[in-house]
Amino acid sequence: MDPIELIAREQVRVDIPQFRAGDTIKVHVRIKEGEKERVQLFEGVVLRRRGEGPGATFTVRKISYGVGVERIFPLNSPVVDKVEVVTRGKVRQGRIYYLRGLRGKAARIKEASRR
Amino acid sequence: MLKGLIGKKIGMTRLFLDEGRAVPVTVLQVGPCTVVQVKNPDKEKYSALQLGFGEKKASRTSKPLAGHFAKAGAEPQAVLKEFKVADTAEFEVGQQITAEIFAPGEKVNVTGRTKGRGFSGVVKRHGFGGGRKTHGCTTHDAPGSIGMSADPSRVLKGKRMPGRYGNDRSQARNLKVVDVRPEDNLVLVKGAVPGAKGGIVFIEKA
Repeated sequence: MDPIELIAREQVRVDIPQFRAGDTIKVHVRIKEGEKERVQLFEGVVLRRRGEGPGATFTVRKISYGVGVERIFPLNSPVVDKVEVVTRGKVRQGRIYYLRGLRGKAARIKEASRR
Repeated sequence: MLKGLIGKKIGMTRLFLDEGRAVPVTVLQVGPCTVVQVKNPDKEKYSALQLGFGEKKASRTSKPLAGHFAKAGAEPQAVLKEFKVADTAEFEVGQQITAEIFAPGEKVNVTGRTKGRGFSGVVKRHGFGGGRKTHGCTTHDAPGSIGMSADPSRVLKGKRMPGRYGNDRSQARNLKVVDVRPEDNLVLVKGAVPGAKGGIVFIEKA
């Protein structure tokens, strides 16, 4: 088989649960401070997933002290310790950028009944 | 100590290191190379190994070359290349040399042939700015003036002009070896390497 494909497959993580845009997830982020390493939580709504293979990324948006914060994570990076899916959201778009313009009640996402 | 081998560019991908750093790597198939000829100071006045790489049909091999390969007891090789060695004692004709001579962390130089771009204009070939794309401009991609007037009444030598671009020998220096996989004959080096996928490259220790 194509060696590139083989190496790419080694890099792709299989321990990450399925999730998509609109889902609320908790990302456990490994943070290195000098010698010590700790895990920080980043909980928010997935705005989009991008790419496939080792280079895939996803964007998570949360409101922190009234300010919208977005972080882009490489899906297969060891920096992402763990991903937990909190709720599955019912959205019609694959990329829910419209959420940026909404706040409060309008920014709610209905939970998907089954998927 | 042999410092280089012949290989083939497979393509590029990325690796994640433990601390989470993503490294762009070029995957090279390196060897196995067959020693076709050992050159000694007694006869050839210098020490070197002639290595062969890749398969070639016997029917596509010229008679003189076929004789050369027969003498070495080797299959016809697609590429031949000489590498200097300090001492030839440890090598013999017909020996197979694999990617194991490289180790992760080493620096290597990779020589290849850049992608041929055919007859290219001055913007692509020499990085000229070109003209404006809008605001009534009608020359978007022309070299402009190529010289002066009655003095010197000629175009200066070396003036950068359109022409054949690419398909040149080029070397990427001091690339770090990220991983070596002798079982698959693969060497992963950090960064880009000249040439298209499938192109022949020479890998030498820097």
